[in-house]
Amino acid sequence: MLDQTESYTTEDGRTIGPVVMEMKNITLRFGGVEAIKDISFDIREGEIRAIIGPNGAGKSSMLNVISGFYVPQEGEVWYKGSRRPPMKPYQVAEQGIARTFQNIALFEGMSVLDNVMTGRLTHMKTGMFWQSIWKGKAEREEIENREVAERIIDFLEIQAIRKTPVARLPYGLKKRVELARALAAEPTILLLDEPMAGMNVEEKEDMSRFILDVNDEFGTTIALIEHDMGVVMDLSDRVVVMDYGKKIGDGTPAEVRNNQDVIDAYLGVAHD
Amino acid sequence: MPEQLAFTIEVFLNGLMAGVLYALVALGFVLIYKASGIFNYAQGVMALFAALTLVGIIDGQVPFYHLINAIFGTDIHYFGWKVNSLVAIVVTMLVMIALAWMVQRFVFRHLVGQEPIILFMATIGLAYFLEGVGDLMWGSEIKTLDVGLPQGINATIDEATFNLTGYGFFIDNLDIIASIVAAVLVIVLVLFAQYTKQGRAMRAVADDHQAALSVGVSLNFIWILVWSLAGFVALVAGIMWGTKSGVQFSLSLIALKALPVLMLGGFTSIPGAIVGGLIIGVGEKLFEFLIGAPFLGGATENWFAYMLALVFLVFRPQGLFGEKIIERV
Repeated sequence: MLDQTESYTTEDGRTIGPVVMEMKNITLRFGGVEAIKDISFDIREGEIRAIIGPNGAGKSSMLNVISGFYVPQEGEVWYKGSRRPPMKPYQVAEQGIARTFQNIALFEGMSVLDNVMTGRLTHMKTGMFWQSIWKGKAEREEIENREVAERIIDFLEIQAIRKTPVARLPYGLKKRVELARALAAEPTILLLDEPMAGMNVEEKEDMSRFILDVNDEFGTTIALIEHDMGVVMDLSDRVVVMDYGKKIGDGTPAEVRNNQDVIDAYLGVAHD
Repeated sequence: MPEQLAFTIEVFLNGLMAGVLYALVALGFVLIYKASGIFNYAQGVMALFAALTLVGIIDGQVPFYHLINAIFGTDIHYFGWKVNSLVAIVVTMLVMIALAWMVQRFVFRHLVGQEPIILFMATIGLAYFLEGVGDLMWGSEIKTLDVGLPQGINATIDEATFNLTGYGFFIDNLDIIASIVAAVLVIVLVLFAQYTKQGRAMRAVADDHQAALSVGVSLNFIWILVWSLAGFVALVAGIMWGTKSGVQFSLSLIALKALPVLMLGGFTSIPGAIVGGLIIGVGEKLFEFLIGAPFLGGATENWFAYMLALVFLVFRPQGLFGEKIIERV
């Protein structure tokens, strides 16, 4: 076992750092239903960490716990070496955790650029007074943040639709815009809830490439939920497997693939 | 120029000015609707409440004096000082911000994620509550509001038009000020919503609460901001209407005139509120002058706006500038 503070180098030469987030014995209930039962796992700096499992396994609930949308009844969330008190989602966002949603949650009435700029909100510190005057500090800040937003728009190859209202875009592009908005926050950890759901093979390949590029270029730590087993095995460094709210496997894709529990619960009945 | 034509033009111009005042109220509705998806029935009452508070502060009236006198058997009405109008406006704005905070804290925070109709009902309740509190706080007698805005006929326009056409136009100074104020207000609000960080967050909240949270927007703060802005617009509308026709409780009824304005302009468009207000203002004045008074026995101003709105509902339900309603099948 590797120590929490140690780093290591992967086969393809990327450096995986120490543990940045740790979930300790998380239990989440909705009334009588236990969506998550006593789950612990960690996320290391710079890695791509996947959470997989059949429908209703509690994957999305887990992501919602990390991003502060749900507060677990039991267990602790440790972030950057200290215990995180219960927080509102916007406070979690301020701490550098950005996310996308399973069923796209973009600001439909706003342009792509404006959507990406909302991702910069946590980085814009000038108060309402200066913002209203829109000169000096506020103007400088707007320009700086606009540059970051444009860089990310370039990076994700959505320059052509910068000014298009999001409502007019097709599904695949909306997913990409949502990724852009999350990336614009320059997050420490990026949470992706089924980034490839409902996509065709080509779009999936594009998205996989973007996820790998993001990780590679910006060194962003990524935690993602995905159904497509092939994609998960190719992309991720380590995988957590959930079933009925319990953790049944945790390790590298190769380890998980050979885990008998996992094969029984999930891979054995996979449709791919 | 024949007298009749000149007179029609004068009516037209006065209609424009009246329209500006309607637009001021409608603006408050659009603002809240765009930013939070709530149709705020209480906007008119908020204008009344702002005007009442402003007059009360300027005159140095003791708040809740009826109540105080009834409970303690005293006979106090005024502190005995006059407050500078500018200071009073600032204090009133602070009261409106406090009100925004209370509305958010005690009403809407508990209704997050509820159906729009529930939120709408809550604003109706808020309207009656505010009307009651306004009465209790400042009394129900009609008051005159004078913050030093010029009133009465504009001599320059009168003279110029007299020299030009042989007929002097009567344009009220206050109406001119109201138009300028409305124009500035609209420009400032549009720029604020479009280009500032807070404006962007406001639009984000209107679109999707969850997504807004995920990019680090505090819903509480944005809602207080939105209601404060609505309070600010209400204050401006209250000052204009209060100066024009005295601060009285029928002021809250002008909110009803804002409804046809919104149906014309569209509930989601700030320019729409302005254009809608102008059309209604001009429409009802001209209709009264050209058709209503000579042929229909007059008093058409009372219903013309609603009639026009009805016609619009049939042919263009989203209004002139509203977002098109397209349903994908």
